[in-house]
Amino acid sequence: MNNDAVVRDLYREVILNHSRRPRNRRTMAACSHAARSENPACGDEISVFLQMNDRGVIGDIAFAGQSCAIATASASLMTEVLAGKTAAQARALFDRFLAIATGGAQAPLDGMEVELEQLTTLSGLRDYPVRVTCATLPWHTILAALESAKEWK
Amino acid sequence: MQSVYGEYGPPGAVEMPLPNQYDAGVAQRPYDVEAVRALFPILDRPVRGRPLVYLDTAASAQKPSQVIEAERSFYTEDYANIHRGLYFLSQRATECYDAARRKVQGFLNARHPHEIVFTRNATEAINLVAASFGEASMKEGDEVVITGLEHHSNIVPWQLSRQKKGIILKVAPVDDHGEVPLDGFIQLLGPRTKLAAFSHVSNALGTVLPVADMIRAAHRAGVKVLIDGSQSIVHLGADVQALDCDFIAFSGHKLYGPTGIGVLYGKEELLDAMPPYQGGGDMIAGVTFENTTFAPLPTKFEAGTPAIAQAVGLGAAIDFLTRLGLDRVHAHETALLDYATSRLSEVKSLSIIGAAANKASLISFVMEGVHPHDIAHVLDGDGIAIRAGHHCAQPVMARFGVPATARASFGLYNTAGEVDALVDALKRVEALFLP
Repeated sequence: MNNDAVVRDLYREVILNHSRRPRNRRTMAACSHAARSENPACGDEISVFLQMNDRGVIGDIAFAGQSCAIATASASLMTEVLAGKTAAQARALFDRFLAIATGGAQAPLDGMEVELEQLTTLSGLRDYPVRVTCATLPWHTILAALESAKEWK
Repeated sequence: MQSVYGEYGPPGAVEMPLPNQYDAGVAQRPYDVEAVRALFPILDRPVRGRPLVYLDTAASAQKPSQVIEAERSFYTEDYANIHRGLYFLSQRATECYDAARRKVQGFLNARHPHEIVFTRNATEAINLVAASFGEASMKEGDEVVITGLEHHSNIVPWQLSRQKKGIILKVAPVDDHGEVPLDGFIQLLGPRTKLAAFSHVSNALGTVLPVADMIRAAHRAGVKVLIDGSQSIVHLGADVQALDCDFIAFSGHKLYGPTGIGVLYGKEELLDAMPPYQGGGDMIAGVTFENTTFAPLPTKFEAGTPAIAQAVGLGAAIDFLTRLGLDRVHAHETALLDYATSRLSEVKSLSIIGAAANKASLISFVMEGVHPHDIAHVLDGDGIAIRAGHHCAQPVMARFGVPATARASFGLYNTAGEVDALVDALKRVEALFLP
Protein backbone atom coordinates (compact mmCIF):
# COMPACT_ATOMS: atom_id res chain seq x y z
CA MET A 1 0.00 0.00 0.00
CA ASN A 2 1.49 3.36 -0.90
CA ASN A 3 1.59 6.26 1.48
CA ASP A 4 -1.54 7.99 0.28
CA ALA A 5 -3.49 4.79 0.72
CA VAL A 6 -2.04 4.20 4.22
CA VAL A 7 -2.90 7.69 5.34
CA ARG A 8 -6.31 7.61 3.65
CA ASP A 9 -7.09 4.36 5.41
CA LEU A 10 -6.98 6.09 8.78
CA TYR A 11 -7.65 9.70 7.88
CA ARG A 12 -10.74 8.88 5.82
CA GLU A 13 -12.91 11.72 4.70
CA VAL A 14 -15.45 10.97 7.40
CA ILE A 15 -12.76 11.16 10.12
CA LEU A 16 -11.40 14.41 8.75
CA ASN A 17 -14.92 15.74 8.57
CA HIS A 18 -15.59 14.86 12.23
CA SER A 19 -12.27 16.36 13.34
CA ARG A 20 -12.74 19.59 11.39
CA ARG A 21 -16.40 19.98 12.38
CA PRO A 22 -16.93 17.94 15.50
CA ARG A 23 -20.53 17.18 16.46
CA ASN A 24 -21.66 17.99 19.99
CA ARG A 25 -18.49 19.83 20.92
CA ARG A 26 -19.72 22.07 23.73
CA THR A 27 -19.97 22.08 27.49
CA MET A 28 -23.18 21.54 29.40
CA ALA A 29 -24.11 23.88 32.20
CA ALA A 30 -26.31 21.26 33.85
CA CYS A 31 -25.93 17.53 33.33
CA SER A 32 -26.31 14.30 35.26
CA HIS A 33 -22.84 12.86 34.60
CA ALA A 34 -19.45 14.25 33.58
CA ALA A 35 -15.80 13.28 33.66
CA ARG A 36 -12.45 14.56 32.43
CA SER A 37 -9.42 12.52 31.31
CA GLU A 38 -5.93 13.19 30.15
CA ASN A 39 -3.67 11.17 27.91
CA PRO A 40 -0.36 11.38 29.77
CA ALA A 41 1.53 10.37 26.62
CA CYS A 42 0.62 13.52 24.74
CA GLY A 43 -1.09 15.91 27.16
CA ASP A 44 -4.42 15.72 25.34
CA GLU A 45 -7.42 16.24 27.57
CA ILE A 46 -11.09 15.61 27.02
CA SER A 47 -14.23 16.22 29.07
CA VAL A 48 -17.56 14.55 28.46
CA PHE A 49 -20.97 15.58 29.69
CA LEU A 50 -24.20 13.67 29.54
CA GLN A 51 -27.76 14.01 30.68
CA MET A 52 -29.49 10.73 31.55
CA ASN A 53 -33.25 10.99 31.27
CA ASP A 54 -35.67 9.32 33.68
CA ARG A 55 -35.88 6.20 31.46
CA GLY A 56 -32.13 5.56 31.97
CA VAL A 57 -31.33 6.65 28.43
CA ILE A 58 -28.69 9.20 27.38
CA GLY A 59 -30.77 12.18 26.38
CA ASP A 60 -28.02 14.68 25.65
CA ILE A 61 -24.28 14.14 25.24
CA ALA A 62 -21.37 16.49 24.55
CA PHE A 63 -17.61 16.73 24.78
CA ALA A 64 -14.96 19.41 25.07
CA GLY A 65 -11.20 19.60 25.19
CA GLN A 66 -8.00 19.78 23.26
CA SER A 67 -7.00 16.73 21.29
CA CYS A 68 -5.66 15.31 18.05
CA ALA A 69 -7.78 14.60 14.97
CA ILE A 70 -8.24 10.95 15.90
CA ALA A 71 -9.39 11.64 19.47
CA THR A 72 -11.61 14.49 18.32
CA ALA A 73 -13.21 12.47 15.53
CA SER A 74 -13.65 9.51 17.86
CA ALA A 75 -15.34 11.70 20.48
CA SER A 76 -17.58 13.24 17.85
CA LEU A 77 -18.59 9.83 16.47
CA MET A 78 -19.11 8.56 20.00
CA THR A 79 -21.57 11.31 20.84
CA GLU A 80 -23.57 10.49 17.70
CA VAL A 81 -23.56 6.77 18.42
CA LEU A 82 -24.39 6.97 22.14
CA ALA A 83 -27.29 9.41 22.01
CA GLY A 84 -30.41 7.49 23.02
CA LYS A 85 -28.51 4.50 24.47
CA THR A 86 -28.53 3.06 27.98
CA ALA A 87 -25.38 2.70 30.08
CA ALA A 88 -25.31 -1.05 29.34
CA GLN A 89 -25.56 -0.40 25.61
CA ALA A 90 -22.75 2.16 25.85
CA ARG A 91 -20.50 -0.44 27.48
CA ALA A 92 -21.38 -3.06 24.86
CA LEU A 93 -20.64 -0.59 22.05
CA PHE A 94 -17.29 0.27 23.63
CA ASP A 95 -16.34 -3.44 23.69
CA ARG A 96 -17.16 -3.71 20.00
CA PHE A 97 -15.33 -0.45 19.24
CA LEU A 98 -12.21 -1.73 21.00
CA ALA A 99 -12.34 -4.86 18.82
CA ILE A 100 -12.70 -2.70 15.69
CA ALA A 101 -9.80 -0.44 16.69
CA THR A 102 -7.42 -3.27 17.56
CA GLY A 103 -8.38 -5.70 14.82
CA GLY A 104 -9.86 -8.16 17.33
CA ALA A 105 -12.78 -10.55 16.81
CA GLN A 106 -15.97 -8.63 16.26
CA ALA A 107 -19.07 -10.10 17.85
CA PRO A 108 -22.38 -8.85 16.44
CA LEU A 109 -24.59 -6.55 18.48
CA ASP A 110 -28.27 -6.98 17.71
CA GLY A 111 -30.04 -3.86 16.60
CA MET A 112 -26.82 -1.79 16.53
CA GLU A 113 -25.62 -2.54 13.01
CA VAL A 114 -25.78 1.11 11.98
CA GLU A 115 -23.77 2.22 15.00
CA LEU A 116 -21.11 -0.44 14.42
CA GLU A 117 -20.86 0.61 10.79
CA GLN A 118 -20.21 4.18 11.90
CA LEU A 119 -17.50 3.11 14.34
CA THR A 120 -15.85 0.98 11.66
CA THR A 121 -14.60 4.19 10.05
CA LEU A 122 -11.85 4.05 12.68
CA SER A 123 -10.78 0.50 11.79
CA GLY A 124 -7.56 1.88 10.23
CA LEU A 125 -6.29 2.23 13.81
CA ARG A 126 -5.47 -1.47 13.96
CA ASP A 127 -2.18 -0.69 12.17
CA TYR A 128 -1.29 1.99 14.73
CA PRO A 129 -1.48 0.63 18.29
CA VAL A 130 -0.19 3.92 19.73
CA ARG A 131 -3.12 5.83 18.25
CA VAL A 132 -5.69 3.43 19.74
CA THR A 133 -5.25 5.26 23.05
CA CYS A 134 -6.21 8.51 21.27
CA ALA A 135 -9.45 7.01 19.97
CA THR A 136 -10.40 5.28 23.22
CA LEU A 137 -9.75 8.34 25.43
CA PRO A 138 -13.29 9.74 24.99
CA TRP A 139 -14.80 6.29 25.55
CA HIS A 140 -12.86 5.70 28.75
CA THR A 141 -13.93 9.15 29.87
CA ILE A 142 -17.61 8.52 29.28
CA LEU A 143 -17.48 5.12 30.98
CA ALA A 144 -15.81 6.80 33.97
CA ALA A 145 -18.63 9.36 33.99
CA LEU A 146 -21.26 6.63 33.88
CA GLU A 147 -19.59 4.66 36.64
CA SER A 148 -19.00 7.57 38.98
CA ALA A 149 -21.04 6.71 42.05
CA LYS A 150 -22.54 10.07 42.70
CA GLU A 151 -24.20 12.15 40.09
CA TRP A 152 -22.27 15.18 38.98
CA LYS A 153 -23.79 18.59 39.27
CA MET B 1 52.52 -0.58 31.85
CA GLN B 2 53.31 -3.87 30.09
CA SER B 3 50.09 -5.55 28.92
CA VAL B 4 49.53 -8.90 30.59
CA TYR B 5 48.35 -10.21 27.22
CA GLY B 6 51.70 -9.88 25.45
CA GLU B 7 51.46 -11.72 22.17
CA TYR B 8 47.67 -11.38 22.04
CA GLY B 9 47.96 -7.64 21.74
CA PRO B 10 45.58 -5.14 23.25
CA PRO B 11 41.90 -6.07 23.58
CA GLY B 12 39.82 -5.43 20.49
CA ALA B 13 37.93 -2.55 22.04
CA VAL B 14 41.07 -0.51 22.46
CA GLU B 15 41.87 -0.41 18.76
CA MET B 16 38.68 -0.67 16.80
CA PRO B 17 39.55 -0.58 13.10
CA LEU B 18 37.18 1.40 10.93
CA PRO B 19 35.75 -0.41 7.90
CA ASN B 20 37.66 0.09 4.68
CA GLN B 21 35.20 2.49 3.12
CA TYR B 22 35.91 4.99 5.87
CA ASP B 23 39.62 5.44 6.37
CA ALA B 24 41.41 7.66 8.84
CA GLY B 25 42.23 10.18 6.12
CA VAL B 26 38.61 11.26 6.11
CA ALA B 27 39.26 14.17 8.44
CA GLN B 28 41.34 15.83 5.73
CA ARG B 29 38.55 15.65 3.14
CA PRO B 30 35.28 17.61 2.97
CA TYR B 31 32.44 16.13 5.02
CA ASP B 32 30.97 13.36 2.89
CA VAL B 33 27.53 12.64 4.27
CA GLU B 34 26.89 9.76 1.85
CA ALA B 35 30.02 7.98 3.06
CA VAL B 36 28.86 8.55 6.65
CA ARG B 37 25.40 7.19 5.84
CA ALA B 38 26.97 4.03 4.44
CA LEU B 39 28.22 3.27 7.97
CA PHE B 40 24.67 3.11 9.40
CA PRO B 41 23.04 -0.18 8.37
CA ILE B 42 19.54 0.86 9.51
CA LEU B 43 19.46 3.73 7.00
CA ASP B 44 19.16 1.12 4.24
CA ARG B 45 15.97 -0.24 5.74
CA PRO B 46 12.80 0.86 3.95
CA VAL B 47 10.00 2.03 6.22
CA ARG B 48 6.40 1.69 5.04
CA GLY B 49 7.75 1.14 1.53
CA ARG B 50 9.79 4.35 1.53
CA PRO B 51 13.43 5.12 2.31
CA LEU B 52 13.78 5.88 6.01
CA VAL B 53 14.12 9.58 6.82
CA TYR B 54 15.20 9.53 10.45
CA LEU B 55 14.68 12.92 12.08
CA ASP B 56 14.52 11.84 15.73
CA THR B 57 18.20 11.71 16.62
CA ALA B 58 17.60 13.98 19.62
CA ALA B 59 15.53 11.17 21.15
CA SER B 60 18.07 8.51 20.26
CA ALA B 61 20.77 8.30 17.62
CA GLN B 62 21.10 5.40 15.18
CA LYS B 63 24.19 3.22 15.48
CA PRO B 64 27.15 2.98 13.12
CA SER B 65 28.66 -0.39 12.20
CA GLN B 66 31.65 0.41 14.41
CA VAL B 67 29.45 0.42 17.52
CA ILE B 68 27.45 -2.63 16.51
CA GLU B 69 30.67 -4.47 15.63
CA ALA B 70 32.41 -3.44 18.87
CA GLU B 71 29.66 -5.03 20.95
CA ARG B 72 29.45 -8.09 18.72
CA SER B 73 33.20 -8.58 18.77
CA PHE B 74 33.40 -8.06 22.53
CA TYR B 75 30.80 -10.79 23.10
CA THR B 76 32.43 -13.03 20.52
CA GLU B 77 36.06 -12.60 21.56
CA ASP B 78 36.49 -10.99 24.95
CA TYR B 79 33.46 -11.47 27.16
CA ALA B 80 33.44 -12.43 30.82
CA ASN B 81 32.53 -10.62 34.02
CA ILE B 82 34.94 -7.94 35.13
CA HIS B 83 36.92 -7.34 38.32
CA ARG B 84 36.54 -10.92 39.42
CA GLY B 85 38.23 -13.70 37.60
CA LEU B 86 41.95 -14.29 37.60
CA TYR B 87 41.49 -15.95 34.25
CA PHE B 88 42.32 -14.67 30.80
CA LEU B 89 38.88 -13.55 29.59
CA SER B 90 37.92 -11.78 32.80
CA GLN B 91 41.12 -9.78 32.73
CA ARG B 92 40.62 -9.02 29.07
CA ALA B 93 37.01 -7.88 29.66
CA THR B 94 38.19 -5.74 32.56
CA GLU B 95 40.79 -4.13 30.32
CA CYS B 96 38.14 -3.42 27.65
CA TYR B 97 35.84 -1.85 30.26
CA ASP B 98 38.66 0.26 31.70
CA ALA B 99 39.70 1.30 28.18
CA ALA B 100 36.15 2.53 27.55
CA ARG B 101 36.37 4.62 30.72
CA ARG B 102 39.64 6.15 29.54
CA LYS B 103 38.05 7.00 26.20
CA VAL B 104 35.27 8.88 28.01
CA GLN B 105 37.91 10.58 30.16
CA GLY B 106 39.74 11.70 27.03
CA PHE B 107 36.51 12.80 25.32
CA LEU B 108 35.58 15.00 28.30
CA ASN B 109 39.19 16.01 29.05
CA ALA B 110 38.73 14.89 32.66
CA ARG B 111 41.81 14.87 34.91
CA HIS B 112 41.37 11.27 36.03
CA PRO B 113 39.68 8.13 34.68
CA HIS B 114 38.12 7.53 38.12
CA GLU B 115 36.15 10.76 37.73
CA ILE B 116 34.08 8.88 35.13
CA VAL B 117 31.24 6.83 36.65
CA PHE B 118 29.25 4.56 34.35
CA THR B 119 25.50 4.69 34.90
CA ARG B 120 22.50 3.40 32.94
CA ASN B 121 21.81 6.79 31.35
CA ALA B 122 21.79 10.52 32.06
CA THR B 123 18.67 10.13 34.19
CA GLU B 124 20.42 7.73 36.54
CA ALA B 125 23.47 10.01 36.65
CA ILE B 126 21.30 12.95 37.75
CA ASN B 127 19.49 10.79 40.29
CA LEU B 128 22.88 9.71 41.62
CA VAL B 129 23.90 13.32 42.21
CA ALA B 130 20.51 14.20 43.72
CA ALA B 131 20.68 11.28 46.14
CA SER B 132 24.36 11.16 46.95
CA PHE B 133 25.54 14.79 46.70
CA GLY B 134 22.21 15.62 48.34
CA GLU B 135 23.02 13.28 51.22
CA ALA B 136 26.54 14.67 51.62
CA SER B 137 25.90 18.36 51.14
CA MET B 138 22.25 19.37 51.42
CA LYS B 139 19.88 19.75 54.32
CA GLU B 140 16.38 21.13 54.83
CA GLY B 141 16.03 24.64 53.48
CA ASP B 142 18.99 24.38 51.09
CA GLU B 143 18.28 25.32 47.51
CA VAL B 144 18.76 23.81 44.07
CA VAL B 145 18.44 26.07 41.03
CA ILE B 146 17.30 24.62 37.70
CA THR B 147 15.92 26.37 34.59
CA GLY B 148 12.51 26.46 32.96
CA LEU B 149 13.92 24.53 29.98
CA GLU B 150 14.68 21.32 31.85
CA HIS B 151 13.24 17.97 30.83
CA HIS B 152 11.64 15.76 33.42
CA SER B 153 14.92 13.95 34.21
CA ASN B 154 16.32 17.18 35.62
CA ILE B 155 13.15 18.17 37.47
CA VAL B 156 11.73 15.09 39.11
CA PRO B 157 14.92 13.95 40.97
CA TRP B 158 15.01 17.37 42.70
CA GLN B 159 11.32 17.17 43.52
CA LEU B 160 12.01 13.80 45.16
CA SER B 161 14.82 15.46 47.16
CA ARG B 162 12.37 18.17 48.13
CA GLN B 163 9.99 15.52 49.49
CA LYS B 164 12.71 13.59 51.27
CA LYS B 165 14.94 16.36 52.59
CA GLY B 166 12.89 19.53 52.39
CA ILE B 167 15.19 21.26 49.91
CA ILE B 168 13.83 24.21 47.94
CA LEU B 169 13.70 24.07 44.15
CA LYS B 170 14.06 27.35 42.25
CA VAL B 171 13.48 27.71 38.51
CA ALA B 172 15.26 30.30 36.35
CA PRO B 173 12.77 31.89 33.94
CA VAL B 174 12.66 31.39 30.17
CA ASP B 175 12.05 34.33 27.82
CA ASP B 176 9.86 34.40 24.71
CA HIS B 177 12.75 33.31 22.49
CA GLY B 178 13.23 30.19 24.56
CA GLU B 179 16.41 31.46 26.19
CA VAL B 180 17.36 31.62 29.86
CA PRO B 181 18.56 35.19 30.53
CA LEU B 182 21.72 35.13 32.63
CA ASP B 183 20.54 37.76 35.13
CA GLY B 184 17.37 35.79 35.91
CA PHE B 185 19.53 32.80 36.73
CA ILE B 186 22.04 34.79 38.80
CA GLN B 187 19.28 36.38 40.87
CA LEU B 188 18.28 32.95 42.16
CA LEU B 189 21.76 32.10 43.48
CA GLY B 190 21.63 32.76 47.22
CA PRO B 191 23.53 31.87 50.38
CA ARG B 192 21.54 28.63 50.74
CA THR B 193 21.96 27.53 47.11
CA LYS B 194 24.03 24.35 47.06
CA LEU B 195 23.68 23.27 43.46
CA ALA B 196 22.68 24.61 40.05
CA ALA B 197 21.59 21.88 37.65
CA PHE B 198 20.79 22.76 34.05
CA SER B 199 20.88 21.51 30.48
CA HIS B 200 23.55 22.65 28.10
CA VAL B 201 21.00 22.27 25.27
CA SER B 202 17.21 22.17 25.62
CA ASN B 203 15.72 18.96 24.21
CA ALA B 204 12.38 20.63 23.53
CA LEU B 205 13.55 23.83 21.80
CA GLY B 206 17.21 23.32 20.88
CA THR B 207 18.34 26.40 22.83
CA VAL B 208 22.05 26.36 23.70
CA LEU B 209 22.42 27.78 27.20
CA PRO B 210 25.37 30.04 28.08
CA VAL B 211 26.81 27.38 30.37
CA ALA B 212 30.30 28.88 30.70
CA ASP B 213 28.85 32.14 32.04
CA MET B 214 26.36 30.28 34.22
CA ILE B 215 29.12 28.13 35.73
CA ARG B 216 31.29 31.17 36.48
CA ALA B 217 28.34 32.96 38.10
CA ALA B 218 27.46 29.91 40.18
CA HIS B 219 31.03 29.42 41.34
CA ARG B 220 31.31 33.08 42.34
CA ALA B 221 28.29 32.43 44.55
CA GLY B 222 29.92 29.27 45.95
CA VAL B 223 27.40 27.02 44.14
CA LYS B 224 28.35 23.68 42.57
CA VAL B 225 27.14 22.95 39.04
CA LEU B 226 25.68 19.86 37.37
CA ILE B 227 25.43 20.08 33.57
CA ASP B 228 22.85 17.89 31.87
CA GLY B 229 24.71 17.11 28.67
CA SER B 230 22.07 14.77 27.26
CA GLN B 231 21.48 16.90 24.17
CA SER B 232 24.70 18.87 23.95
CA ILE B 233 27.51 16.37 24.19
CA VAL B 234 26.87 14.98 20.71
CA HIS B 235 26.91 18.42 19.09
CA LEU B 236 29.29 20.47 21.21
CA GLY B 237 31.26 17.98 23.27
CA ALA B 238 32.40 19.15 26.69
CA ASP B 239 35.79 20.04 28.09
CA VAL B 240 35.15 19.65 31.79
CA GLN B 241 38.39 21.36 32.79
CA ALA B 242 37.82 24.37 30.54
CA LEU B 243 34.18 24.61 31.64
CA ASP B 244 35.16 23.87 35.24
CA CYS B 245 31.78 22.16 35.80
CA ASP B 246 31.50 20.01 38.91
CA PHE B 247 29.35 17.30 37.36
CA ILE B 248 28.17 16.43 33.88
CA ALA B 249 25.66 13.72 32.94
CA PHE B 250 24.91 12.19 29.54
CA SER B 251 23.53 9.06 27.87
CA GLY B 252 25.45 6.82 25.48
CA HIS B 253 22.52 6.18 23.15
CA LYS B 254 22.27 9.83 22.11
CA LEU B 255 25.98 9.74 21.21
CA TYR B 256 25.54 7.01 18.56
CA GLY B 257 26.39 4.48 21.28
CA PRO B 258 24.36 1.69 22.88
CA THR B 259 21.36 2.00 25.18
CA GLY B 260 21.80 1.09 28.83
CA ILE B 261 25.02 3.04 29.34
CA GLY B 262 25.41 6.59 30.60
CA VAL B 263 28.08 8.68 32.22
CA LEU B 264 28.41 10.82 35.27
CA TYR B 265 31.57 12.89 35.40
CA GLY B 266 32.29 14.42 38.81
CA LYS B 267 35.29 16.22 40.24
CA GLU B 268 37.36 13.81 42.29
CA GLU B 269 37.07 15.66 45.59
CA LEU B 270 33.27 15.87 45.27
CA LEU B 271 32.80 12.21 44.33
CA ASP B 272 35.16 11.22 47.15
CA ALA B 273 33.04 13.07 49.70
CA MET B 274 29.77 11.53 48.48
CA PRO B 275 28.30 8.34 49.97
CA PRO B 276 27.54 5.36 47.67
CA TYR B 277 24.35 5.54 45.62
CA GLN B 278 23.52 1.82 45.68
CA GLY B 279 24.92 -1.06 47.69
CA GLY B 280 26.06 -4.37 46.27
CA GLY B 281 28.96 -6.20 44.75
CA ASP B 282 31.95 -4.45 43.20
CA MET B 283 31.42 -1.25 45.21
CA ILE B 284 32.96 -2.62 48.39
CA ALA B 285 36.48 -3.10 49.69
CA GLY B 286 35.43 -5.51 52.43
CA VAL B 287 32.17 -6.71 53.99
CA THR B 288 31.32 -8.27 57.32
CA PHE B 289 27.80 -8.35 58.74
CA GLU B 290 28.84 -5.58 61.08
CA ASN B 291 30.52 -3.25 58.67
CA THR B 292 31.48 -2.54 55.08
CA THR B 293 34.28 -0.45 53.72
CA PHE B 294 33.62 0.99 50.32
CA ALA B 295 35.73 0.63 47.23
CA PRO B 296 37.57 3.69 45.92
CA LEU B 297 36.31 5.69 42.94
CA PRO B 298 34.80 4.98 40.53
CA THR B 299 33.62 1.53 41.61
CA LYS B 300 32.10 2.98 44.80
CA PHE B 301 29.31 4.19 42.50
CA GLU B 302 29.10 1.11 40.28
CA ALA B 303 27.38 -1.52 42.42
CA GLY B 304 26.76 -4.86 40.74
CA THR B 305 27.78 -6.06 37.31
CA PRO B 306 27.69 -3.00 35.05
CA ALA B 307 26.74 -2.71 31.37
CA ILE B 308 30.14 -3.97 30.22
CA ALA B 309 29.49 -4.53 26.53
CA GLN B 310 27.56 -1.27 26.34
CA ALA B 311 30.51 0.60 27.85
CA VAL B 312 32.72 -0.97 25.18
CA GLY B 313 30.18 0.14 22.56
CA LEU B 314 30.19 3.66 23.97
CA GLY B 315 33.99 3.68 23.65
CA ALA B 316 33.61 2.73 19.99
CA ALA B 317 31.04 5.51 19.50
CA ILE B 318 33.49 8.04 20.95
CA ASP B 319 36.23 6.75 18.63
CA PHE B 320 33.81 7.06 15.72
CA LEU B 321 32.85 10.65 16.54
CA THR B 322 36.41 11.66 17.31
CA ARG B 323 37.68 10.36 13.99
CA LEU B 324 34.86 12.05 12.14
CA GLY B 325 35.62 15.27 14.01
CA LEU B 326 33.02 16.75 16.32
CA ASP B 327 33.56 20.23 14.86
CA ARG B 328 32.98 18.95 11.31
CA VAL B 329 29.84 17.12 12.43
CA HIS B 330 28.63 20.26 14.18
CA ALA B 331 29.21 22.36 11.05
CA HIS B 332 27.22 19.85 8.98
CA GLU B 333 24.34 19.84 11.48
CA THR B 334 24.29 23.64 11.75
CA ALA B 335 24.07 23.95 7.96
CA LEU B 336 21.11 21.53 8.00
CA LEU B 337 19.45 23.49 10.81
CA ASP B 338 19.77 26.76 8.87
CA TYR B 339 18.50 25.16 5.67
CA ALA B 340 15.54 23.53 7.44
CA THR B 341 14.65 26.72 9.31
CA SER B 342 14.59 28.61 6.05
CA ARG B 343 12.63 26.01 4.09
CA LEU B 344 10.03 25.47 6.81
CA SER B 345 8.97 29.09 6.38
CA GLU B 346 7.35 27.90 3.11
CA VAL B 347 4.78 25.99 5.16
CA LYS B 348 2.35 28.79 5.89
CA SER B 349 0.50 27.31 8.87
CA LEU B 350 3.73 26.30 10.61
CA SER B 351 5.31 28.17 13.51
CA ILE B 352 8.67 27.31 15.03
CA ILE B 353 8.70 27.29 18.83
CA GLY B 354 12.00 28.56 20.20
CA ALA B 355 13.92 31.32 18.46
CA ALA B 356 17.16 31.31 20.44
CA ALA B 357 20.13 32.94 18.75
CA ASN B 358 22.22 29.84 19.40
CA LYS B 359 20.44 26.55 18.73
CA ALA B 360 21.43 22.92 18.34
CA SER B 361 20.14 21.08 15.29
CA LEU B 362 16.54 20.52 16.28
CA ILE B 363 13.35 22.34 15.39
CA SER B 364 10.20 22.25 17.48
CA PHE B 365 7.10 23.40 15.64
CA VAL B 366 3.33 23.53 15.62
CA MET B 367 0.87 23.83 12.75
CA GLU B 368 -2.29 25.81 13.11
CA GLY B 369 -5.28 23.49 13.19
CA VAL B 370 -3.25 20.27 13.10
CA HIS B 371 -2.30 18.36 16.24
CA PRO B 372 1.38 17.31 16.43
CA HIS B 373 0.39 13.64 16.71
CA ASP B 374 -1.49 13.86 13.43
CA ILE B 375 1.52 15.52 11.79
CA ALA B 376 3.85 12.75 12.98
CA HIS B 377 1.36 10.10 11.91
CA VAL B 378 1.03 11.36 8.35
CA LEU B 379 4.82 11.77 8.07
CA ASP B 380 5.26 8.20 9.27
CA GLY B 381 3.29 7.12 6.21
CA ASP B 382 6.13 8.69 4.19
CA GLY B 383 8.81 6.86 6.17
CA ILE B 384 9.70 10.10 7.96
CA ALA B 385 10.32 9.69 11.70
CA ILE B 386 9.80 12.80 13.83
CA ARG B 387 8.85 13.24 17.46
CA ALA B 388 5.47 14.57 18.58
CA GLY B 389 4.42 15.21 22.13
CA HIS B 390 5.62 17.09 25.17
CA HIS B 391 9.21 15.75 24.88
CA CYS B 392 9.20 14.96 28.60
CA ALA B 393 9.33 18.70 29.14
CA GLN B 394 5.76 19.67 30.05
CA PRO B 395 6.79 22.91 31.83
CA VAL B 396 8.42 24.09 28.57
CA MET B 397 5.19 23.32 26.69
CA ALA B 398 3.21 25.24 29.33
CA ARG B 399 5.59 28.22 29.03
CA PHE B 400 4.77 28.48 25.31
CA GLY B 401 1.07 27.71 25.73
CA VAL B 402 1.02 24.52 23.66
CA PRO B 403 0.12 21.00 24.86
CA ALA B 404 2.68 19.46 22.54
CA THR B 405 4.90 20.17 19.56
CA ALA B 406 6.29 18.26 16.61
CA ARG B 407 10.08 18.07 16.60
CA ALA B 408 12.51 17.28 13.80
CA SER B 409 16.11 16.77 14.91
CA PHE B 410 19.16 16.34 12.71
CA GLY B 411 22.15 14.10 13.20
CA LEU B 412 25.43 13.59 11.42
CA TYR B 413 23.81 11.34 8.78
CA ASN B 414 20.96 13.62 7.71
CA THR B 415 20.93 15.36 4.34
CA ALA B 416 19.44 18.43 2.70
CA GLY B 417 17.38 16.03 0.58
CA GLU B 418 15.78 14.73 3.77
CA VAL B 419 14.91 18.28 4.80
CA ASP B 420 13.23 18.65 1.39
CA ALA B 421 11.28 15.42 2.00
CA LEU B 422 10.16 16.81 5.38
CA VAL B 423 8.97 20.08 3.87
CA ASP B 424 7.11 18.31 1.04
CA ALA B 425 5.40 16.02 3.53
CA LEU B 426 4.39 18.94 5.76
CA LYS B 427 2.82 20.65 2.76
CA ARG B 428 0.77 17.49 2.19
CA VAL B 429 -0.26 17.54 5.87
CA GLU B 430 -1.48 21.09 5.36
CA ALA B 431 -3.46 20.06 2.29
CA LEU B 432 -4.99 17.07 4.10
CA PHE B 433 -6.13 18.76 7.29
CA LEU B 434 -6.76 22.35 6.38
CA PRO B 435 -9.92 22.84 4.37
